[in-house]
Amino acid sequence: MAELLFWPALLLYGEAAVGYFGEVRRPGRAGRAATWGVRLGWLAQTALLAVQVARDDGFPWETWASSLSLFVWLVVSAYLIWGCRRPYRILGLVVMPLAVALLVVARAGGGTGSSGASHYSNLFLVVHVGLVLAAFAGFTLAAALSGLYIWQERRLRTRPATILRRQVPALATLDSLALRTVAWSVPLLTLGASVGLVRLVVRDDRLDALIAVTAVTWLVWCAYLGLRLLGGWTGRRAAYLALAGFVLVGVVRLALPVTHFA
Amino acid sequence: MHLVLVGTSHHHAPVELREQVALDGEDAQAFAARLAADGREAACLSTCNRTELYLAADDAEQAEHAAAAALVSLGPEVEPALYRLQDRAAAHHLFRVAAGLDSLVPGEGEILGQVRLAQELGTTGPLLDRLFRQALHSGRKVRAETAIGQSPASVSAAAAALAEQVFGSLAGRAIVLLGAGKVSEQAARNLRSRGAEITLVANSKTERARIEEQLVAADVVIASTNAPGAVLEAATVADALRSRKGRRLLLVDLAVPRDLDPAIADLDGCYLYDIDDLEGIVTETLSLRRREAERAEAIVAAEAKKFHEWHTSLDVVPAIASLRARAEEIREAELQKAESLLGRLDDSQRRAVEAVTAQIVNKLLHLPTVRMKEAAAAADGVLYAEAVRHLFGLGEDER
Repeated sequence: MAELLFWPALLLYGEAAVGYFGEVRRPGRAGRAATWGVRLGWLAQTALLAVQVARDDGFPWETWASSLSLFVWLVVSAYLIWGCRRPYRILGLVVMPLAVALLVVARAGGGTGSSGASHYSNLFLVVHVGLVLAAFAGFTLAAALSGLYIWQERRLRTRPATILRRQVPALATLDSLALRTVAWSVPLLTLGASVGLVRLVVRDDRLDALIAVTAVTWLVWCAYLGLRLLGGWTGRRAAYLALAGFVLVGVVRLALPVTHFA
Repeated sequence: MHLVLVGTSHHHAPVELREQVALDGEDAQAFAARLAADGREAACLSTCNRTELYLAADDAEQAEHAAAAALVSLGPEVEPALYRLQDRAAAHHLFRVAAGLDSLVPGEGEILGQVRLAQELGTTGPLLDRLFRQALHSGRKVRAETAIGQSPASVSAAAAALAEQVFGSLAGRAIVLLGAGKVSEQAARNLRSRGAEITLVANSKTERARIEEQLVAADVVIASTNAPGAVLEAATVADALRSRKGRRLLLVDLAVPRDLDPAIADLDGCYLYDIDDLEGIVTETLSLRRREAERAEAIVAAEAKKFHEWHTSLDVVPAIASLRARAEEIREAELQKAESLLGRLDDSQRRAVEAVTAQIVNKLLHLPTVRMKEAAAAADGVLYAEAVRHLFGLGEDER
């Protein structure tokens, strides 16, 4: 069943990614088709995750590959909040190819199948893995918004005659949405990581590279919030900082999971 | 019933002629009422670019003559600049007008409201009501399905659109005007219509300190003075930026020679546009509108075709109605004749007989009905209607 649901989700996300490229060339139908691709793909992936939960009778995303699949779902969910609105469609150009690539990696690592019985409690996994992944999904979206900000800001500075041809969210809107997304995500990461740390101390486990880099990531995003709320940072500087934070999220999600999940 | 259009527009008449036949709301209403006096329907569409009279009448020639005479009575010189269209061409013209395809700036949105007003003030009946309703629907559809009306078509609208690209909602945003030329006033009006507020209109007598003070709080600066050199230096703006806590500032320079130091564009958080930038944007958006106009024409043609099919079907509707009435009359009469036999049937059997006979009549008349409507769409409707009346003796009893 999970196998049957994986392919529609992947194909629909793929269709959305292609559709968003079409939207750049000629705004209109391609963008609408892409948005429907995201919606239906998200439904298919939601069903896939539900099947995994039912089959494993608990929290089935404790391996790095399966958690990657959940991460993709969270990113797409967060994107869906705004992505259906026309000015934000262009964000899909970043989010959907990323979702397709990560979903393929998750499947290659066995993340869309059964993970077997877990030796952790479901509550711990939901709070630790669930919240950390939700926070990372938020950071990913904030980074996409920041990337769009930098692109749009450069266009406004270079003053091309085509500046009004494409509907893009206003700079002020992108800036404040990125801030709000990070403001929601930092507490989630704080809580999720704290639960993991408590367990680490209680069980007297060792720190690993992923925990260390996650701590650095948390610091960077806290600095982002602090600089924006207290230091008066806005615009381009804040957007570049968000992109730097996202690089760390990428390292945590893709390069180091083996050290943690092993 | 025929549809007749007589009018003139910016394509055919210069402003000196158009102003002779321009009508305000009250006059347009009275004009339409006067033309509709002989049992006709009439509506008058009068804008700064056109004055057009739409009439629905049985005698097209007479209606056209009356409309032309009415316009000529307003300004005799307008006669050679009048165009006259009938039926399909007249409907197609109004559909194009409502879609903004006949406007000076393709896709401009004001015309939809003007067409709606013409309908409201007109003395309309079934034909003109349907015509105007479908024209408005077609205009809205064009705007929804194409990008023809989305981009600004003037320098002032482009400035407002740029401000929205920077700030999103303009509600409560502060505008500083340096000088008050015609274009900058239009730009300010555009911004104000979106909720922005003018906090300072500076002229040559305004104190420098006051300008610098307002610069700290401003979101948009529009400059259009006659000064021979820059009135706002990059250093002044840089000073103001220090107190602005990273807030963005859009500066629009509409003056030649320029009022704003070009080096302002290099300052962080400042977006500077001069008149060439804005004209470049408008040229580009107008070319986009023209490209979109091709798609819009296809939508308009399809909608006008639907109206034409409905209009021509009016020729055969009375004949179809008479034919069906005659068939129903015969069916009921035959059932009456068979009453002695049917009396023995119970209620459900009687209902079955009723249903079967009605179905036979419907099936027999279905194809002729469809064929007559098709013939009407191909302009043969009147011939077919006459043939049906003759073959079935419709209307002979009344003679």
